[in-house]
Amino acid sequence: MSLTLTLHTQPDVPLEAETLVPQRFEGMTATQVAAATVLYGNQQAALGDFFRVEGRPDGELRIVGDVFRVKMIGAGMTHGRIIIEGNAGMHLGASMSGGEILVEGSAADWVGGEMSGGRIVVKGNAGHLVGSALRGERVGARGGEIIIHGNAGNEIGSGMRRGLVAVGGNSGDFTGVNMLAGTVVVLGRLGMRTGASMKRGTVASCQPAELLPTFAYACTYRPVALRLVLGYLRGRGLTITDEQLAGRYRRWSGDGIETSRGEVLLLEEG
Amino acid sequence: MLINGVTVVDTFAEAFAMWGARVLITAENEKWAAAAARAMTGFATSVIGCKCEAGIERVVPAGETPDGRPGAMVLLFATSAEGVGKRLVERIGQCVMTCPTTACYNALASENTVVVGGLLRYFGDGFQAAKLFDGRRFWRVPVMDGEFVVEERFGVQPAVGGGNLLLLGEDMLPTLAAAEAAVNAMRTVPGVILPFPDGVVRSGSKVGSRYKSVIASTNDAYCPTLRAVSKATELAQEIGCVLEIVLDGLDLEAVREAMRRGLAAAAQPGIRQISAGNYGGNLGQYKIELRSLL
Repeated sequence: MSLTLTLHTQPDVPLEAETLVPQRFEGMTATQVAAATVLYGNQQAALGDFFRVEGRPDGELRIVGDVFRVKMIGAGMTHGRIIIEGNAGMHLGASMSGGEILVEGSAADWVGGEMSGGRIVVKGNAGHLVGSALRGERVGARGGEIIIHGNAGNEIGSGMRRGLVAVGGNSGDFTGVNMLAGTVVVLGRLGMRTGASMKRGTVASCQPAELLPTFAYACTYRPVALRLVLGYLRGRGLTITDEQLAGRYRRWSGDGIETSRGEVLLLEEG
Repeated sequence: MLINGVTVVDTFAEAFAMWGARVLITAENEKWAAAAARAMTGFATSVIGCKCEAGIERVVPAGETPDGRPGAMVLLFATSAEGVGKRLVERIGQCVMTCPTTACYNALASENTVVVGGLLRYFGDGFQAAKLFDGRRFWRVPVMDGEFVVEERFGVQPAVGGGNLLLLGEDMLPTLAAAEAAVNAMRTVPGVILPFPDGVVRSGSKVGSRYKSVIASTNDAYCPTLRAVSKATELAQEIGCVLEIVLDGLDLEAVREAMRRGLAAAAQPGIRQISAGNYGGNLGQYKIELRSLL
């Protein structure tokens, strides 16, 4: 049985649980894992105060329960697998560089902030700032991929430098704001001010959108690179129709206040 | 030893260590994928004069390609990994990128890689862009029909070149029919291409010449018209035509299997002997004994 943490006491205030990465538990017993320190509000506590710990570390960490108040799960993860059978709290997978995190429920803000590798999959919705730079930082995700099957909030891919963020539903405002490169795919609707200040990179959507006046229409065409990405995402479990895969997309170059080397691709209507 | 009444000569094919790559070309439809593949593999019959040997390995259905469009798989071989890299840049740049709707992907997983798209990207004149996902980097080069997508690096691996069969027949027509049957059988083996025109070569060569500047010359030992005058002749009186099939493969087992299938298919009426070309075992790194294939 892989290492399983089952929530038995819901914390009243958020837990800062940076210790919840598979590599930290390698070689430990369940008792040792339960004694691992977490920050509970302004005090230190033990994992065992909130979780029942069973099994042995084998590279996979299972977290069972609604852990929407547990922050920093998977932060700095380098390898292994985390499965969360419930909702996940803020800063899931922050700065991770490898491994895989699967959330069966939804996730709060800051999924995959400044990550550089690995994969995060959220079956439900995600909050704001997926794959984004922290406040005051210029660069967000530097690699890896994040797949949100439901909706996501504002500022998805903010400051993104490399990698892939995909949202199966809708995204909020400022998708791709300050983007440096990388790819954001939103199968549903975009909010307003998509790509504001983007330097390079791609934001693609399968729904119409109103863009900033600093974006210039280039052409309508069938982008092969987008087929590549969508085909890959379909293989990763996102529902993508043949029309979306092979369709014509209107290409908008921007942001004109930067270098106009970024693009927003919008599936042609009809 | 006989197969279907045809003598299999007790000899070996002498093959050479080479380097190979596998390239997947996709396009809007099969027609244009094939057009690019044909162009890329043209003038690639022999490293002697073409710097590489290349051919179309197979047609790839849309469901098997990364972008979901129909494709063609090409194998290319050269005498060094560096040589493979240079030829890939030249040929993909001049023959695939130029062809409407194409994209080009690496189809050989290998620790050894050569930069291809990473060089072709400069055709984009600064307007190019890269996409990185699933551990692979792809370059998007803006062109007049949209964009040319090409993978940054292509795998290369040690390979085997110059496997061969010599078909000795009574007359040109049955020998040609036997060669065609052999080619069809050999093309069913993955990892193998036959670089000469439709797989068959009629002007087999030997090393050296009476002329100092000529590095290879007609294989007079197998020229029927010279049987009466060539001291090296290997031909009996009843032989009226000899055709050769040359193949390259990504590994020795693929070459052996293709030769085995070709040998069985070529043993037809009108063929008296099946032999193979070698240099006494003094040049190549591999010896493929014909009788070991039976």
